[in-house]
Amino acid sequence: MASGYNAKEEDGHIGVVGLGGASLRGRKPENTAFKQQRLPAWQPILTAGSVLPAFFIIGLIFIPIGIGLYVTSNNIREFEIDYTGVEVSSPCYNCAQNFSWHSTTPCTCSIQFYLHQAYESNVFMYYGLSNFYQNHRRYVKSRDDSQLNGDISSLTKPSKECEPYANHDHKPIAPCGAIANSMFNDTLELFYIDPNGTRVPVALSSTGIAWWTDKHVKFRNPGGSTNLTAAFQGTVKPVNWRHPVYELDTDPENNGFINEDFIVWMRTAALPTFRKLYRVIQKKNNMAPTLPRGNYSLQVQYNFPVRSFEGRKRVILSTISWMGGKNPFLGIAYVTVGSVCFFLGVVLLFIHHKYGNRTNNADITN
Amino acid sequence: MLRRRLNRLLGGDERRVDSRTVYVGHRSSPDSEGFIPPKFCDNRIVSSKYTVWNFLPKNLFEQFRRIANFYFLIIFLVQVIVDTPTSPVTSGLPLFFVITVTAIKQGYEDWLRHKADNEVNKYLVTVLEDGQRIRKESEKIKVGDVVEVEEDETFPCDLILLQSSRDDDTCFVTTASLDGESNHKTHYTVPDTEKDLESLSATIECEQPQPDLYKFVGRMHIYKNNQEPIVRSLGPENLLLKGATLKNTQKICGVAVYTGMETKMALNYQGKSQKRSVVEKSINAFLLVYLCILVSKALVCTTLKYVWQGKPGQDEPWYNEKTQREKDTNLYLKMFTDFLSFMVLFNFIIPVSMYVTVEMQKFLGSFFITWDKDFFDNEIKEGALVNTSDLNEELGQVEYVFTDKTGTLTQNNMEFIECCIDGFQYKHRDASSELDGFCVTDGPVSKLQQKAGREKEELFLRALCLCHTVQVKESTEPCLDQVDGLNNQVDGLGIDGDGLGIDGALSHLEEQRGFIASSPDEIALVKGAMRYGFTFLGLESKTMKILNRNNDVERYELLHVLNFDPVRRRMSVIVRSSSGDTLLFCKGADSSIFPRVRQEEVERIRLHVERNATEGYRTLCVAYKLLSAGEYAQADAGLREARLALQDREEKLMAVYNQVETGMSLIGATAVEDRLQEEAAETMEALQGAGMKVWVLTGDKMETAKSTCYACRLFQKSTELLELTVRTLDDENRRREEKLHDLLLDYHKKAVQDAPPVKEGVTRSWSSSQDYGFIVDGASLSMILNSSSDSSNSRYKNLFLQICQNCTAVLCCRMAPLQKAQIVKMVKNSKGSPITLSIGDGANDVSMILEAHVGIGIKGKEGRQAVRNSDYAIPKLKHLKKLLLAHGHLYYVRIAHLVQYFFYKNLCFILPQFLYQFFCGYSQQPLYDAAYLTMYNICFTSMPILAYSLLEQHICIEVLLDNATLYREIAKNAMLRWRPFLYWTVLGLFHGLLFFFGVWYLFYNPALQDNGQVFGNWSYGTIVFTVLVFTVTLKLALDTRHWTWINHFVIWGSLAFYVFFSFFWGGIIWPFLSQQRLYFVFANMLSSVSAWLVIILLILLSLLPEILLVVFRKPRGPHSRQKELVDSRVGGLQSPRSSARPLLMRTFSDESSTVI
Repeated sequence: MASGYNAKEEDGHIGVVGLGGASLRGRKPENTAFKQQRLPAWQPILTAGSVLPAFFIIGLIFIPIGIGLYVTSNNIREFEIDYTGVEVSSPCYNCAQNFSWHSTTPCTCSIQFYLHQAYESNVFMYYGLSNFYQNHRRYVKSRDDSQLNGDISSLTKPSKECEPYANHDHKPIAPCGAIANSMFNDTLELFYIDPNGTRVPVALSSTGIAWWTDKHVKFRNPGGSTNLTAAFQGTVKPVNWRHPVYELDTDPENNGFINEDFIVWMRTAALPTFRKLYRVIQKKNNMAPTLPRGNYSLQVQYNFPVRSFEGRKRVILSTISWMGGKNPFLGIAYVTVGSVCFFLGVVLLFIHHKYGNRTNNADITN
Repeated sequence: MLRRRLNRLLGGDERRVDSRTVYVGHRSSPDSEGFIPPKFCDNRIVSSKYTVWNFLPKNLFEQFRRIANFYFLIIFLVQVIVDTPTSPVTSGLPLFFVITVTAIKQGYEDWLRHKADNEVNKYLVTVLEDGQRIRKESEKIKVGDVVEVEEDETFPCDLILLQSSRDDDTCFVTTASLDGESNHKTHYTVPDTEKDLESLSATIECEQPQPDLYKFVGRMHIYKNNQEPIVRSLGPENLLLKGATLKNTQKICGVAVYTGMETKMALNYQGKSQKRSVVEKSINAFLLVYLCILVSKALVCTTLKYVWQGKPGQDEPWYNEKTQREKDTNLYLKMFTDFLSFMVLFNFIIPVSMYVTVEMQKFLGSFFITWDKDFFDNEIKEGALVNTSDLNEELGQVEYVFTDKTGTLTQNNMEFIECCIDGFQYKHRDASSELDGFCVTDGPVSKLQQKAGREKEELFLRALCLCHTVQVKESTEPCLDQVDGLNNQVDGLGIDGDGLGIDGALSHLEEQRGFIASSPDEIALVKGAMRYGFTFLGLESKTMKILNRNNDVERYELLHVLNFDPVRRRMSVIVRSSSGDTLLFCKGADSSIFPRVRQEEVERIRLHVERNATEGYRTLCVAYKLLSAGEYAQADAGLREARLALQDREEKLMAVYNQVETGMSLIGATAVEDRLQEEAAETMEALQGAGMKVWVLTGDKMETAKSTCYACRLFQKSTELLELTVRTLDDENRRREEKLHDLLLDYHKKAVQDAPPVKEGVTRSWSSSQDYGFIVDGASLSMILNSSSDSSNSRYKNLFLQICQNCTAVLCCRMAPLQKAQIVKMVKNSKGSPITLSIGDGANDVSMILEAHVGIGIKGKEGRQAVRNSDYAIPKLKHLKKLLLAHGHLYYVRIAHLVQYFFYKNLCFILPQFLYQFFCGYSQQPLYDAAYLTMYNICFTSMPILAYSLLEQHICIEVLLDNATLYREIAKNAMLRWRPFLYWTVLGLFHGLLFFFGVWYLFYNPALQDNGQVFGNWSYGTIVFTVLVFTVTLKLALDTRHWTWINHFVIWGSLAFYVFFSFFWGGIIWPFLSQQRLYFVFANMLSSVSAWLVIILLILLSLLPEILLVVFRKPRGPHSRQKELVDSRVGGLQSPRSSARPLLMRTFSDESSTVI
């Protein structure tokens, strides 16, 4: 198929002839370094000798980093509960079984669990979904960023990309699109069960979970944040939502499009199994751990159906380090690569020592 | 315009006949009643392709006719029509860019052509109409108009010369703009035309326009006062071509015969046939592979998509419903559009930009050849010329070099060495040292042993003075650029002006005398005669004047010139001396003269001729014949008749020539030395060292050619020569065919079967194995090629080829131009289709230059035809070494790397995108943002490879020139074979897998920031893309061996640009984008330590195998190279190289005659 390009028109020929031919006749080519291909150049030659130190240095840097990463990752506390309710024994089994889009009373279930270790620093509460294709193309593009940015015309006339979640009953949906429509709407609450049996609610902070730029620039309510009800006049809530967008939160700074749960959801995940930040449990000022060892109860308002696509729902409690959440991969990878480099360095040193002398001389003279 | 076309269609009878009739001055001839002016095209030259109106549609049509452009257009249209993952912009923008740039370039070129056309068409010329001189625009000239042209003007159309302001009815013309020959050519007026053009009544009958510049056949009927019309033949010497310039003549008048697009210049204005390089073939093969990969990827994804969707709940989960239209679409149609979508998603694997980059590399790269000051020749003040930039890399792949001898291996700078008169040898002593010993009275011919009779001597010298077509160059001309160096050297010997019998003014000019001739042999001969006292003074109105030893001017009337041609290999003149004798002088090759003279004379001279030939001189025999009045009358009539013939003129002339040139008596022979080109031997040695096989194809005699081969070190002392010539084939007992058969088998056994099996790649080494040289001549070759039976034909051909391929050097002598091309073609099409290169300087080399993969023209003395038809032209043979060993090598390495790298970088670009499909439900979700998809090939990774492919010198030029063997490392397309391709593909696969899964493991937990926030799919893509851009660029950096500041600038610059662009692209809410996918994605990525760590890790891990490979491969490379360097130095010391070594090598002459 490239053959077509070879059949260049004759023009090219003539052009080159003109350039090279007549104009150059009788004129000596300029003696510039560039034209004579004699630009001063650095000509590095990689040899065992020159690469050797690099290998050792890489090895020596990578192995400690890897160990550091591995230790850091191991020190991160993480606890995961699957509350999908697939098994009969699961507390949420009933809710999962009896799910209906039209039920007016939410189904609630609560799961007891025991934390073996105290969580000292800030604890981050994630919800995790499996087999949920947030990265499906049809899904990813089904949003209207200008509507979410507070554009009035887009509010009343959502983008075509939002189909089939753009209009409902001939009224524009706000926020439109499949992503918004399927927003995760389980409510999760955490209770610490005192050794004496009382349920102490754990304070969950819902701010600081979305990217700062998203919250403050990319997402904006139409007509500012005052009187959202009026601003969203003439639109309808997404089909699957229980409340309109201006009732997501009572706090006006976290309501409407700038609701952080909503923003987090709108950042589509990379893989079908993912987690999203739900709440942050701030460390209190005193010396007490954020989540002490003990019994906890997770209370779930079960609104989000996943059984239909064989999905799973999880709640993850995790502390965070400078490298993010728990992930041993980086540590292991660094240690491995570092060791391999070090090993290769040794091998090269051996080779260099045994055969390298002649080679080296040749290189120098070259 | 339309009417003219119609006319042509309906009533254009005369167009179908073979000739056209032109009425001079549009005056009807007396015998043609009802004068209908025939319709010919007007004198407008249209070289432009477009007009303002049709530019856009026509240009677009032409551009999309190319398959690759069309393919990208289809992809673009699919993106527009079908709901595809990437926006049409991603492929539309690059395509639009390419199309626009090409259109602008072509539009500009066409505008230039328009301008040039206008300049030519609007040029004011003088036309004689009804006795008045009228200024007209050139485009208004009609066939039949009488046009007046003044000195230094160019002819506005093809004219028949009617009148010249010069006394001898000639005019001088230079055709520099047509064929580049800047010497002056003489053209003649038609004899017997009236001085008063107004009363001239004549018609011209001539052939229909044809492009051959040197052919013209016509007839002119001149009507005079109701007499019988006089008929005059017209030849190319009467035709003044459009584009040529009038020189040395005040003004001429001529009648237009061909106008506008029918002029020979316009007919010659067309491109040569395209030659394709092996690299392009490799690219196409690779493209096919990648196209297969592309299609199979799309097929796999489509299939898996529908398998996956078959599982319950996957196709349309509640959170991701389809639109009504999607639900309604037919399943199969959906499958098809899905397939197309995948194609579109992965189509970046075959990038538009590769074509652009390859084209740019070739175009810009070729400038380095024209810029190279080593190719500049001070003598002709010219450098190398690149006629096509498509074949740069082919220069690094040459396996067979076919070279012409005369003018290519030798200088074509002829020097008269000796002559042999009537069997006595006359050797000219060294001119410069014995200048004084040579005075006219002192016995001009220094004798060696004995002298021939004075009469014979003088006859011989007169023959040399008369039998030629040399012109004396007038020294009044301002331009003396064509005066060859020899002139000055010989002028010192010039005749003492005082003693001349002609006036003083002329004698003053004698000092600057120059001769102009079509062949340098003739000049050498005339100058040789001059040394011995006979000076040719010039040709004036059919009278040749020579100055004899006694300083008397002898006049001879030139009656006929029987022109030289390569078939007859001789030329003759018929002159009438002042005493009234009619003489025929003939000179030519021995083989063509000997059969036409008396045998006893031959025996006396043959020995000298053969000895001279073995010493490498060019020999010519001179014969003469006294024509009786009757004989002359017969010859004259025959010649005139043949010249007037409109059909088969050539054949008829030939017959008459052959008839006239019989029964002559041989008077002597001449020997002219043709010096070897500067550094010819070194160049040949280097080429052979580089593994190229050098074949010498020449029309010259075997002995001469053989000695040249020895002198060029193509044949060494130890080389065993296998001869297949008429001489070896002549066997009294057997038929030639049988003998040929036996010899071929014998040689085959020797050279092919008994030879130790050579490993591939090591074509010739300086080992102890026997070298063979093969000599074949034209006659034997035609026996091999055109054998009677078909079966033996192909068998002979095979045997012949095999023998040739096992010989280090092959000499083909006595070749006709077409046979040269035949040989090239035969080798070109032989097994393994080796890359051939032809180098030559003359018109007889054009056919082989056009036939070979790469044609090189030498800007020699035999005109410009070879240069015009070549792909590259160089001033000297010695430049071939650098052109091939340095430029060719570098170009090949550069472009090969460019091609492989392009495929590699797009494979590892698209592979993660392919892998991502497995994780996004085969939904064609792109991994990268559209901006990245578009910019990857245009901005982020294109410049470093372009800079690399222009500047890389993996081995520096000096080393390449010193070590010819390095050329073998890249022989046989070494860098673009399947193995390296596989290596690059595996590397691309490895990198692609590494990028994707490295990040995939990282995204096992997408909470990568220290504030617990998570990354989404665009962050995933951006991390992969960042790793990709850095790895791919650094991979190139690892491969770069020659870091100039440009490389530094471009490599680090594009990385910096990537970072800058990503910040910029993600830093603003772009109002024209419907989705702000990358908003602050890059910045957030950089705020995550984990992302940094994974990027560093993956880049390093990707490059690790590469570094290791380089390190482990290296110890072999420079070390062996070093050794070779030492080797060659030792070799260089053993064989001292002096270009000044004379051709004469008596040691060889004995040897070569024994090895038959």
